[in-house]
Amino acid sequence: MNIEDMVLPSIKNIPSSGIRKYFDIVNEMDGVISLGVGEPDFVTPWNIREAGIYSLEKGHTHYTSNSGLKELRAEISRYLNRRYGLDYDPENQIIITVGGSEAIDIALRALVGPKDEVIIPEPSFVAYKGCTLFAGAVPKVVNLRAEDDFKLTPQLLKQAITPKTKVLIMPYPNNPTGAVMTHEDIAAIVDVLKDEDMIVVSDEIYSELTYCGNHVSIASFPEIKDRTILISGFSKSYAMTGWRLGYVCAHPVLIDAMKKIHQYAIMCSPTTSQYAAIEALKNSSDDVLYMVSEYNRRRRVMLHGFRKIGLDCFEAQGAFYVFPCIKSTGMSSEEFCEKLLREEKVLVIPGNAFGACGEGYIRACYASSMENIMKAIRRIGNFVSKHCSKQAD
Amino acid sequence: MDEILEILEGNSRYSEDEIAVMTGKSVEEVHKAIKEYEEQNVIVGYTTLINWEKTSRESVLALIEVKVTPQRGEGFDKVAERIYKFKEVKACYLMSGGFDLTVIVEGKTMKDVALFVAEKLAVQEHVLSTSTHFVLKKYKDKGVIFNKKPEDDREVLFI
Ligand SMILES: Cc1ncc(COP(=O)(O)O)c(C=O)c1O
Repeated sequence: MNIEDMVLPSIKNIPSSGIRKYFDIVNEMDGVISLGVGEPDFVTPWNIREAGIYSLEKGHTHYTSNSGLKELRAEISRYLNRRYGLDYDPENQIIITVGGSEAIDIALRALVGPKDEVIIPEPSFVAYKGCTLFAGAVPKVVNLRAEDDFKLTPQLLKQAITPKTKVLIMPYPNNPTGAVMTHEDIAAIVDVLKDEDMIVVSDEIYSELTYCGNHVSIASFPEIKDRTILISGFSKSYAMTGWRLGYVCAHPVLIDAMKKIHQYAIMCSPTTSQYAAIEALKNSSDDVLYMVSEYNRRRRVMLHGFRKIGLDCFEAQGAFYVFPCIKSTGMSSEEFCEKLLREEKVLVIPGNAFGACGEGYIRACYASSMENIMKAIRRIGNFVSKHCSKQAD
Repeated sequence: MDEILEILEGNSRYSEDEIAVMTGKSVEEVHKAIKEYEEQNVIVGYTTLINWEKTSRESVLALIEVKVTPQRGEGFDKVAERIYKFKEVKACYLMSGGFDLTVIVEGKTMKDVALFVAEKLAVQEHVLSTSTHFVLKKYKDKGVIFNKKPEDDREVLFI
């Protein structure tokens, strides 16, 4: 038996991540400033951690119901109402998942199979395409454009829709570009969607991290609410990545379908994390405000820094990424990132890791201390001026 | 404009240029705002947080609970003023509850502090009693945890 042959061709054909090689380089190097990892640098606020510890002390070490603790679902329902004007019944419209990641997976597996098309705007989070392929469905990529501020436009959406389209992924606020969609932008998309038979999977995990106005959820549009699957979680807004906790909200029929996968593949989400999350929703909105204002300062410093270096950088308004264009350096994204890492010890991620149309860009994450960000900007400045003067010779 | 105060409270070494970028304001606006804060005594001073335990300097810190008879028409202010003017007094607060003033005193040795209390504080007119507590260890001060430099131990992974 050739063990290689045992792996499904559809899995084998998914390329391993091209950026793994940078991680190997980073692990061998000292003094690297990483703007590479997409997670908060803040430690989970203490009251949340303490609630998790207390739940252990009390002996809450068992499974919860498949959908998750009722109290947590009720808190999520209240939170979504208070923050985004949404209405979800905690009884039958919410499942607590293992991060937004699991939610993306079960949403796609419940909805699409062979020949179904999933519209994926790119550049975006890598899991959408991966999970579409795992479900055996067909990713239909929409190349977002810098001149549209990386927003999904009705024109781009219309061009991508075919009779086989079953799902549209809405990845806003966006990783890796930092783009957001305003109420007006979404209204134009809803206008196209309302006459189509398809489901919107809206990944709003960065919804708390917006810097120029409150986030608008596509689920707040009554025309398509029942056809929207809302995905969110605790990782980014409450600095809880390691707790592995997210949730998915949808019409009861869709929730039922997703719950079948969830209960067999996962059983239930981590109990300790669920208790901690109740505390997060009840008592940590000030912590979120604090982190958001910190991120916003770093965002401004980074945008200013890249522009001063001479790299075009569109005004990222959400998440914690900026997405500067490096085409003026004459280097490819991967070349830029590898050289920058070797020569100046700064890790950023090549834009094409998030879709082919990300070529010519890099993703820099500002969930890092102000000190590190300032240092990294200086190093990137050195790097660019060194290579661009060479180019001019 | 309070954002400027928040930034300076966290790190008073940021330049006006840097604060301007962080807040999205012009350098002139930031300069003007800081000047006004200083003039109005909103910004009272700039200090550095030092963990003296890590240096060779000998010093002790004491928290002293003081009970006072308030003065007609002046309350506690007059007595407090006579106390906080001593250079040994690092902080002085009017309190609710079982005593009236918290006086934080720094000295080179415990004996210094004890002498200060006995000779300067307890003998003040209107001071009824004092109770001295020495600080043994500072875990956290001004919102900063001592003896633990935050480090970034996030692992690299693909997201
Ligand atoms: C856009 C987006 N969605 C979902 C996730 C998954 O997050 P988690 O599984 O920690 O909730 C991430 C993480 O980077 C992300 O960037």
